[in-house]
Order: sequence, then structure tokens, then C-alpha cells
Amino acid sequence: MGSIKDRVAIIGMGCARFGERWESSAEDLIIEAVSEAYADAGIEQKDIQAAWVGTAGSGRTGQCLAEPLKLYYTPITRVENACATGSDAFRNACYAVAAGIYDLVLVVGFEKLKDSGFSGLELKNPYGTNRTQTLTAPSGFALLATSYFARYGLTQEEGKLMLAKISAKSHKNGALNPKAHFQSEVPLGTILKAPMVAWPLGLYDCCGVSDGAAAAIVCRSDMARSFREDPIYVKALQICVGNKSGFLRNDYNFTHVEETYRAGTAAYREAEVTNPRTEISLAEVHDCFSITEAVTMEDLQFSPRGRVKEDVDAGFFDLAGELPVNPDGGLKCFGHPIGASGLRMLYEVYKQLQGKAGLRQIKNPRLGLTHNLGGHPAGPTISVIIAGNQGP
Amino acid sequence: MAGIISCAAYVPIYRLSRAEIAGAWGAAPGPGERAVANHDEDSITMAVAAALNCLAGFSKEDLDGVYFASTTSPYCEKQAAAVVAGALGLGKNIRTADFAGTLRAGTTALRAALDAVAAGSARHVLVVCADSRLGYPRGGNETAFGDGAAALLIGKAGAALTVEGAWSVSEEFYDSWRPDGERFIRTAEDRFAREAGYTRVLPEAVKAAMQEYGLPARDIAKAAFYGPDPKQHSLAAKKIGLEKTQVQDPLLNDIGNTGCALPLMILAAALEDAGAGDRLLLSAYGDGCDVFILRATDQIDRIRSQRGIKYYLRNKKSIGYMKHLLWKGLLPTEPPARPPQQMVSTPALWRDREWGLALRGVRCRNCGAVQFPRQRVCVWCIAGDRFDPYDFTGRTGKIVSFSHDNLAAAVDPPTTICAVDFPEGGRIMCDMTDRDPEEVKTGLPVEMTFRKIHTVGGIHNYYWKCRPCRE
Repeated sequence: MGSIKDRVAIIGMGCARFGERWESSAEDLIIEAVSEAYADAGIEQKDIQAAWVGTAGSGRTGQCLAEPLKLYYTPITRVENACATGSDAFRNACYAVAAGIYDLVLVVGFEKLKDSGFSGLELKNPYGTNRTQTLTAPSGFALLATSYFARYGLTQEEGKLMLAKISAKSHKNGALNPKAHFQSEVPLGTILKAPMVAWPLGLYDCCGVSDGAAAAIVCRSDMARSFREDPIYVKALQICVGNKSGFLRNDYNFTHVEETYRAGTAAYREAEVTNPRTEISLAEVHDCFSITEAVTMEDLQFSPRGRVKEDVDAGFFDLAGELPVNPDGGLKCFGHPIGASGLRMLYEVYKQLQGKAGLRQIKNPRLGLTHNLGGHPAGPTISVIIAGNQGP
Repeated sequence: MAGIISCAAYVPIYRLSRAEIAGAWGAAPGPGERAVANHDEDSITMAVAAALNCLAGFSKEDLDGVYFASTTSPYCEKQAAAVVAGALGLGKNIRTADFAGTLRAGTTALRAALDAVAAGSARHVLVVCADSRLGYPRGGNETAFGDGAAALLIGKAGAALTVEGAWSVSEEFYDSWRPDGERFIRTAEDRFAREAGYTRVLPEAVKAAMQEYGLPARDIAKAAFYGPDPKQHSLAAKKIGLEKTQVQDPLLNDIGNTGCALPLMILAAALEDAGAGDRLLLSAYGDGCDVFILRATDQIDRIRSQRGIKYYLRNKKSIGYMKHLLWKGLLPTEPPARPPQQMVSTPALWRDREWGLALRGVRCRNCGAVQFPRQRVCVWCIAGDRFDPYDFTGRTGKIVSFSHDNLAAAVDPPTTICAVDFPEGGRIMCDMTDRDPEEVKTGLPVEMTFRKIHTVGGIHNYYWKCRPCRE
């Protein structure tokens, strides 16, 4: 198998303001993100040779991108891979560029969830019997919390406090981000007293439901500097798809996500990272629920197994810490417009690596990582992407 | 000679005290409590539970018939007995029949099963009987009724009860009835129903049967018979000439009037203490009267540990009046801001009936791993299409992880979801029912129970949930 390391670069990105964008349609969100990306790259739409558009349910075929942008006769693929949709759209675009088929391509991720009129995600099953356990996202991930607390001997109070610190940290970061849905700090006390959504996860352990879009312009590495002085180079692109084996096999104990571990390991190998805890400068991970972020720290080998609580307590993942996690506020502050999230994460990594993250700027970042988790912890779809600001 | 090989009952775990009901209306409190089916139970699910209790220790493979009796079948057109047979995982070469429309439906089905076995046209017939009748809120029936089920296995060899006599009378009469399209039982004037109905008809029919078979009252060890309320029941017993010690508690105080299942549930209670040689009288009333004279054999000890009534009197949880109204669908409540329920696929319901209705998984012939539901490719060794069927009903598992979900659209949130591991192999993801959230812990032993997931597009979607094991 080959490696993507240093073969393609990102030379422009854009990100819409995420939130309950009642006044904006999917088209409006796409144009908001893409306009910023074109301006950032200094290109025009006619320069785009191909496009990949990621949306889980807000559009079909490549037409959902061609129509709002008025792209004519352009090869466009619509990508869906649950919460890894945006990241996988990006991955496929990069492979096409690395293969030398296209020189300059556009990637867009978008989702318009708030037209549903419902709270929470609408999980549509294909026609089936519905003979299943009751399925919502919060309870599915709450299984991780129940088991993690039990396995590692955390009392209910200790576990809840650990999770609350993670959410509080993300809210503090989001308060510094004008693109975020939620831009205010939330005190620990408020988080701990919040009503239960799916025991033991409370209101602030769960990310919100939002609209959003983000976009990236990708070209081959050897062309990157003709566009800008500070292109960001793709170091690793990994997807790992589970098969829900955790629902059938009793050797899965709901305290970790094997697919994250394997995607991370493959990404570190591809990017030639040997010690993720010290070499990764920042990480944007899939904090759909606070427990997901906690377990992901261990699965990505940032924290030792069973000991993420120590790092959370020490502020290791805070903005001012050794390895800032979700410095932009994460899904916690942006919500989770499914197709957009992966690219929104990449946007933060991109800006941080270029020194353009404003009040959230981390000192001297070199490598940034994004992580998505789609589906259920007992067999999800995972993406891990690593990017850096040092070229070949 | 045809007889009763096994007998068991089922009572929902939830009980509503009569004082609670009276308190809701500012009325004078009555004694005892009544059983209330959970929102995920109905006459079919209760019948399946009773059936599994009845068949414990006996082979399902020998069954060649299932008779279902109820005045409250969830369907007017769709055979409940076929659903029960599907849940029991029986083959298709069996006869299934529904008996309905009268409080004698249970004993009518019993008579038909005995006749079929005696005539040699069936070897083993399972009779299941369940009711969850509705009385008008604030009425006497609401207070008096209860929900419950019973099941009897009918055959020749190994009978625990032989049938020494059977007697039936038909009587066209309005004391309680329910026309098509209505949900609530209507009742005639008390005095008419009592004097001209029950206290005349039942003792008359029982005494006629006793005379026909030359059975003096003193030879009856226990009489198990229907009664609409404790007072009328005592009066009927007196008219028959029975002493108090000969009368099996009619369960009206502790469980309630469970309709056509009542006489069979009282019989199940009587069998828990019956000895070989005892003569038992069984009688049901409704549009006439059925009477059976039964004799316990030395096989009676074999079925003493089937779940009868004592187990269900030991294990109970109290609910309040509002829960009862909510679960019976008598109270419109604000729908949650969630998407409307998706219609189920009828082809998928049929195609998946082995695992969906019968809780049958597979065991891989290549590596021995058990998995649920059925698979084409083994999740452990990746072997394709090398499986044997594997029954999960009757097995006990342990909770690996769980959550209580307040977000999911449900009749009565929170919904508890679990991962259940079985010591002999396999894992099932399912909801948990019949529990207080506080009592759920990892490692909790659970058993599987047949329930209704929801009703959508007029389809009662049945599947299995787990419930905590009880003493």
C-alpha cells in the first residue's frame, strides 16, 4: 500500500457560521463556505476541474453542489460515510489529485438539519422490521459511559465530573470562535446539574443539532506554492469501517473503539509519527458526546488506556495545555451538521497551522489531526486525517 | 384419555391498588390491588409468557396445535394463535385457532383441545388464554378487572390431571358485553346480572355436572371457578355446597377479574398445592357455563414448579393511577418533537420471523460461535452459510452495559437499552422492560420476554426485550 504523505496540499478553505441558520438554505450555506475558500485560495470557479461533495442526507448526486454553484459539466461525486462524510469526501478528492488525474479540485461538506422541525437527529433506517433496541444517538454512546465508569472504577460522581470538564473546556474554546453555534462558557456546576438526556449523559454531554458547511481547495504539492506561501500538506488519510461486530460478539466491552485505534495507528504510520502524544500539536476529534472524546483520547493513544481522567484533570487537552483538543470548540460548540463536520475540523487545523486562529492560536503547531466517528461505537466508521505545515 | 400435562399462568408485574384508584376519584377505597399490563404488553404477549411458563421442561417439538382464547385479541382479523405459534418457533404443520367473544373462551378452547386429543386428531395441543379488558374510568369494572394469562398443555401420556367429566350449557344473556368497535365493557344492572345471571347459572350448571358424574360436594378437594366479585363468588360456592376450605382463592382481591383467563389462572393456583388423587372442579361462566371434573395424578409433582400464581404474587411493583391511564391508551399526551414513526416493512417482518418472533439465532458449525440475529457470514471466523439454528428463549443473560434514554419517543420514557451477554454464547442488544431505572446495574441477570415494540400503520410490532430475573 502507498502513502499520501506530502503528495497533496490544501491551498484554500472556507467555513460557514454553524448554528440554527433558519434564514439560510443549504444553497446559502454552501455558497458562504465556498466563497471564502475561493477568496482564500485566490482562484475562480472556472479553475475547478472536479469536485467532491459530502452530505449525509441534505442532497443527492453531485447535482446538490453543481446546482447552487452553477458548476457546468463538472465531474462531481457525492460522498456519504455517516459522520466521516466530509473527511471521506476530502480523502477521495486527494486521491484523485495524487493520481495526477486533476490539478485543482473543490471539496465541500454541508448539512441542513434544522429544517426537520424535530429535536435530535432523525435516524432513518432503511425499510426493515424495526425489531431492534430503541435507537437514538445519545443512548448508543451512553453505553460507553456506563461501561467505562464500571470498568475503570469511577463512581457516578467522578465519571460525571470528568465528562463535565471535557465539555466545559470545549465551551471555553468555542467562546473564542465567531464561527461557532454556541459562543459562551458554561460553568461546571451548570453542566453537572443539567437534566439527563440518556443516563448517564446529561444535556451538556451531548452536542447540539446544527446547520453548517465547509469547503477546501486541493492541489498537488508541487503546485501548492504557486498559490500561496503557506499551503498545508496532507500527511495521512485513513478510514476504518467497522461491521457492528460489537453488537454480536461478547468480546467487545463498550470501553473503547477499536476502529479509532486502528485508523489512528495507520495514520501515524502513514504520517511517520512515532509518538502521537508529543508529536501531534492539536486534534479535532468527534465529541458528539463528552464520553466519545474521553475514550477517543485513549484510542488515539494520546492518553494511556483507562487513564484519560488524569490528563483531563491536569488540563493536558486545554487550549493552553500540551495537546489542545477541539480548540475551536468541537462538535460541542458547532453542533454536528453531519456532512460538514469533518471539513470544519480540517478548517481549524488549517488555520491553526497557518497561525491564523486568532484568540485560539496555539504556539508553533506543526501537525494537526482530525477524527470522525460515524454510527455506533460497537462498530463505527472512523476517519483520521493528519495535516502539517512543513512541506516535502 | 386426554388430560392436562402442564399448566401455568402469567401476571404482569405491575399492580395498581384499589385505594389508589379510589383516591384519584375521591371515592371510598376498596381492598387489594389489580394487575395492570405494561404498555408493551397485550393479550398476545401475555399468552406467549404463559405458554413459555407452561412448556418449561417439556418439548415444543411435540406440539401439533395452538389454541388462543381471549375477548381482547389485539386483532379482529389476524389470527393471534399464529402469532403465538411464531413466537414459540413452531413449524407450520400445526393447527392454530382463535377462540373469542366470551368469558368462557378459555374453557371452550380447553374442551376443544381435549376433544381433539381424545379423538386422536391431535397429540398435543397448547391452550393459551389471556385478557386485558377495559372498564370505563371511574367505574366498577376498572377497579375489579385485572390483566393476566394462563396456558395448558393437553395430551394423553403423562397427564398431571385427567378429565373425569365435562359439562357445558349455553345461555344467551346480557350481563357484560362489548359490541364491535367499542373499547369498554358494558354491564347490565347489578342485581339482574347477579340474580338472573351468575349466581343462578353457575351453581345450577356445576350441580348438574356433579349429579351427572355422581360427584358429592365433599369429594371435591378444590374448586377453581370464575366469579365477577368476591361476594358473588362466595355465594355461588355456598349454593354449590362447598366449604370455605374447598374453594380456591379466586384471585379477585390480589390480581383482579382477568376475564376468560380467570378460571384457568385459579386452576394454576390450585395445582401449586394439589396432591395426587385430588379431585378438582373447574368452571367458567359467560354466555352459559363450562364445568370440568379433574383428577390429579402422580405426575402433579412434576409441574409444581411451573410459574403459577405464587411467583407472581411474590414479585410485584406498584404504579399510580396516571400510569394505568397512560398505559391503557386512555390519556392523550403531548407527542415529543421527534419524527413520526416509520412504517414497518411487511416483507421484512415475514422474512425475519425466525429471529424476530422466535428469538432464534445461529451457531456457526465451523467455529461453534453463537450469534444473534441470524447471519450469513460468521462474525468470528468469517465462514459463510455454515450455521445451525439456536434458541435464545428460556436463557438467562447478564447486562454488559445499559442506558436510560429520555430522548427516544416512547409511551413511558425513559427507555432502557442494554447489551445482554449469554454465558453459553451470543450477545443481544435490546430494550429492558418491567424495571425501575435505579435497579439496573451492569452484571444484572436478565431473562428475555416477548413484548410489543410499538404499533404503527395498524401493525402491532412484536419483538423481545429483557427483564430483570426475579425470585
